[in-house]
Amino acid sequence: MDHVTVNIIWTLAILVIFIAIVLWAYSKRSQKGFEEAANLVFDDEKPKAEANKKRESSNNE
Amino acid sequence: MSETSRAHPEYNYKVVRQFAVMTVIWGIVGMSVGVLIASQLIWPEMNFNTPWLTYSRLRPLHTNAVIFAFGGCALFATSYYVVQRTCQVKLFSDKLAAFTFWGWQAVIVAAAISLPLGLTSSKEYAELEWPIDILITLVWVAYAINFFGTMVIRKTSHIYVANWFFGAFILTVAVLHIANSMAIPVSFTKSYSLYAGAVDAMVQWWYGHNAVGFFLTAGFLGMMYYFVPKQAGRPVYSYRLSVIHFWALISLYIWAGPHHLHYTALPDWAQSVGMVMSVILFVPSWGGMINGIMTLSGAWHKLRTDPILRFLIVSLSFYGMSTFEGPMMAIKTVNALSHYTDWTVGHVHSGALGWVAMVSIGSIYHLIPILFGQPKMYSTKLVNVHFWLATIGVVLYIVAMWISGVMQGLMWRAVNTDGTLTYTFIESIEASKPFYFVRFLGGVFVVTGMLIMAYNCYRTIRAPKGSLQAEAQPA
Repeated sequence: MDHVTVNIIWTLAILVIFIAIVLWAYSKRSQKGFEEAANLVFDDEKPKAEANKKRESSNNE
Repeated sequence: MSETSRAHPEYNYKVVRQFAVMTVIWGIVGMSVGVLIASQLIWPEMNFNTPWLTYSRLRPLHTNAVIFAFGGCALFATSYYVVQRTCQVKLFSDKLAAFTFWGWQAVIVAAAISLPLGLTSSKEYAELEWPIDILITLVWVAYAINFFGTMVIRKTSHIYVANWFFGAFILTVAVLHIANSMAIPVSFTKSYSLYAGAVDAMVQWWYGHNAVGFFLTAGFLGMMYYFVPKQAGRPVYSYRLSVIHFWALISLYIWAGPHHLHYTALPDWAQSVGMVMSVILFVPSWGGMINGIMTLSGAWHKLRTDPILRFLIVSLSFYGMSTFEGPMMAIKTVNALSHYTDWTVGHVHSGALGWVAMVSIGSIYHLIPILFGQPKMYSTKLVNVHFWLATIGVVLYIVAMWISGVMQGLMWRAVNTDGTLTYTFIESIEASKPFYFVRFLGGVFVVTGMLIMAYNCYRTIRAPKGSLQAEAQPA
């Protein structure tokens, strides 16, 4: 394989990976996790006990 | 024990406090050196005929001090703080944290001594000689272990996006620093690069532009993704967009370096790749900027009363501006005009003073009261004064450099009908002189703001408990 073929394959691979990332990021399945993650900024302001309970219940799901 | 440390007994705030305070101190030092060398370009006598104070030796001191001392301390402080609070766990190792603090300060002091002595590897933004490079590597490895170690022992199920950006910054800077600093020492204070010719230039600017992309962008975007939502009191506008922002940014930035070497001995195809990659970079950069600014949607009124939030949001405006300007300047035909002129200097400072410094300053103003157990900064009014000094200073600086730079570019390329140059080089320098004074003035504004910040921080830290009252939240 010459380097032009390698470059073509590499460019297409990157394109496919990028599209996959976009589809994953905008899929319904990721939504809940992303919302939880986005709220991590405020999560540790809650009293410790409450935060722990919340975490436990989400672990049991 | 302060109130804050009782609320979060598990966090290591000591190292965050140390780095936060040093951010302010090194900011003043680095920017003051900048003002001094700006004055030397107007009044050459300002080097006092002393070799250590000449422009050639102080310029790398200025860049190293503002990027690695001021910016570096801000990144250490905020990354250590954010990783603990969003992973809800104490730092992996307090000993490693202390080592990174004292090690990094040793690097800065070594730079402040060796650069004025004229000891340099002559690689831009990587001027430090090999013994200091080794110390940087050790500190950085300790930093990486501590940061990623904290992520491993996290108590949350998700890794917040800010930590992704901080992580990419730490990892990439390690790779860049080690690859670019490869050298053969000939004595304790002198070494020669392992690379030669165009390869050396390409390695240098692969390093140099990614120092911009990962040190001065990814790291500070990590800061943005935590402190903007926190200060605005609402989660980031779109977490999905932040994920795409991250992957697009880190996969594109790494290829942009050749735009520093347009019309040089670098192969043409490499220049074109660098140009195309730099132009595409505009898209994720603006995606991130929009994500940050839109976090305020529905809370715009907070900008009226909160100068800290104003610092953060205006920093994003400057980020948007310089990430539009950058791709444009990377286009070869535009670069033919802008390269080697003051336009480049203006571009760097709209990024460095407008984006990097302002987002750091906003974050430090957010942090200082929390770290020292106070409800707020000693004076919100002085934060506001600092905001205006910083904004006016940056605008003066970049407008002066735009005019001076475009003028230089036009003068240098002007030819008479017989093909001879219209202007001599000294004529372009004379034409730039008034703009150098405006630039100096802008720098004085910025440093004055930093001195006010230092006073405000000192009064906040030293204030007796209970003497500062949190303002009532307007309904």
